[in-house]
Amino acid sequence: MKEFNYVVTDPVGIHARPAGTLAKMAKGLESKVVIWKGEKCAEAKKLMAIMSLGVKQGDEVKVTVEGPNEEADFATVETFFKENL
Amino acid sequence: MKVGTGKSILNGIAIGKIKIYKAPKLEISGELVKDPQAEVARFNDAVEKAIEQQNVLYEKALEAAGEESAEIFSVHAMMLEDEDLTDAVHEVITRGKHTAEYATKQAFDNQAEVFAQMDDPYMNARSADIYDIEQAVLNILMGVDTDSMQGTEPAILVAEDLAPSETVRLDKSLLLGMITREGSSNSHTAILARSMNLPALIQCKEIDDSWDGKMAILDGYNACVYIDPTADLLETLTARQKEDEKKRALLQELKGQPNTTIDGTTIKVYANIGGPSDIGAVQVNDAGGVGLFRSEFVYLNSKTYPTEDEQFQAYKLAVQSLAPKQVIIRTCDIGADKKVDYMELDPEENPALGYRAVRICLTRKDFFKTQLRALLRASAYGNLGIMFPMIISLRELNECKVILAECRKELEAEGVKMGNPSIGIMVETPAAVLCADELAQACDFFSIGTNDLTQYVCAIDRQNAKLEPFSDTHHPAVLRAIRMTIEAGHRHGIWVGICGELGADLTLTETFLRMGIDELSVNPKSVLPLRKQIRSIDLRA
Repeated sequence: MKEFNYVVTDPVGIHARPAGTLAKMAKGLESKVVIWKGEKCAEAKKLMAIMSLGVKQGDEVKVTVEGPNEEADFATVETFFKENL
Repeated sequence: MKVGTGKSILNGIAIGKIKIYKAPKLEISGELVKDPQAEVARFNDAVEKAIEQQNVLYEKALEAAGEESAEIFSVHAMMLEDEDLTDAVHEVITRGKHTAEYATKQAFDNQAEVFAQMDDPYMNARSADIYDIEQAVLNILMGVDTDSMQGTEPAILVAEDLAPSETVRLDKSLLLGMITREGSSNSHTAILARSMNLPALIQCKEIDDSWDGKMAILDGYNACVYIDPTADLLETLTARQKEDEKKRALLQELKGQPNTTIDGTTIKVYANIGGPSDIGAVQVNDAGGVGLFRSEFVYLNSKTYPTEDEQFQAYKLAVQSLAPKQVIIRTCDIGADKKVDYMELDPEENPALGYRAVRICLTRKDFFKTQLRALLRASAYGNLGIMFPMIISLRELNECKVILAECRKELEAEGVKMGNPSIGIMVETPAAVLCADELAQACDFFSIGTNDLTQYVCAIDRQNAKLEPFSDTHHPAVLRAIRMTIEAGHRHGIWVGICGELGADLTLTETFLRMGIDELSVNPKSVLPLRKQIRSIDLRA
């Protein structure tokens, strides 16, 4: 399992559109991608669950990537966060 | 050929097919089902169709209004693809043996409630999105095709009556004309028809479902509608319609000309609009500015309280795209006949005299501040005016100004840029007319709202069609009230305009000019005819 921490810079946090794009992307990955905000977590492929985390600007989230192709998937997910959130 | 009669709202002719517009009443039964798997399949199928619909809407909106407006439909599609949500529906169906409709309502309502409870206004607003997609899925499950409610091609819309929220949502590019069984000449159907220059017939008792899809001519000149018209009639009225178009083309030549009488008196002719979608009409009709921007659309189009950002974007769009023209935005005028569920307003015995407009704003201060902050932020992008409705006393106006100053201070502290909007009031109560001298000293302009002023001065309910025989839009008391307001305004050096329906009444233009009116704000389509009228008047005569 690989993980990274990320501070969200988007003014509205992880809002519907990037969350939707993220969910779509995560569905295409072999690895299981989970977003953690404190004790709460949500699978990246589940849009409502991610939105319900209520991640705001300035919040730090932890993202874990686990699976057979985790090296490549990790890079994909990390790039997505940096570019969109 | 059949003929229906009623009251005509606008002299004009519409020719096209009839479309019966019926709002669906969805009744969801709690009955249990024998074959849950079949219900699951029905649901999955409906979701797939709903996603397709959202994608089509996205493409349409993208073409018409750009990425920012279209985005919401792609988000809706993504929400419909969410596994947790669909799983929850499946669960209700299989465990509870409920119908797909029942399960959809329950699971989607739950999710909407989750968002509504979150401690984040952005997420709260997403609950409206869930309700939207819930409705889309339910419509498919229950065979309600909302597109076909209005049809896919331009048509003459026939309805029992149209609520304000319905008129806001109509696709105006598909409207040729409107016919309703109910409605008075001041109803929302009528106001919409006038603002769009659409022939409309109200109080047409002959309306019948069998008209649906039939060819018809709506003849506004003779206040009637012909269903399956004869070839002769079709020919005559098509010629008449063409003549009207020619006249309209002539009016176009008035574009760019000043609103100046023969003797050299110039006034401002502004436009009344109901939302950012009318900005185009302001420009096309060459209005000098916006004299009344009804901010109700932000409330009526929303299923929950609109956020500051949502409001800011809408106001900014109008102010920025029309700059340097002045845009006067009226603060929230909810209440009376314009209600929204989420505000949970108690039913009232006498709503026109009740808890509405600034009366709500002054008691729900946070609600008011959201709008005022959005307005102040938008004021940085052009020439904004803020107008308070339903004012009856100087105390109320001063309270509004204190709250506005509070918002300005907050925004200053947050380092947000703002402009210097002018402040005015709607003069639409007899109290405001009688206190006009005091009020004029505390604001920058008056705009007379003749619709409500007439209703209050004459004590005639403008929504009640039965009272039409008693109502006189040119009642001397109303005209005297207008004169008093203009004179009081001028005594204290502020400009006075009219933004009610009376402003577009060409038979009164000369009267208003002689009273010294400074501005007339009318529906965009009335701007050029009004200019023509002004240019034909000689006040020396």
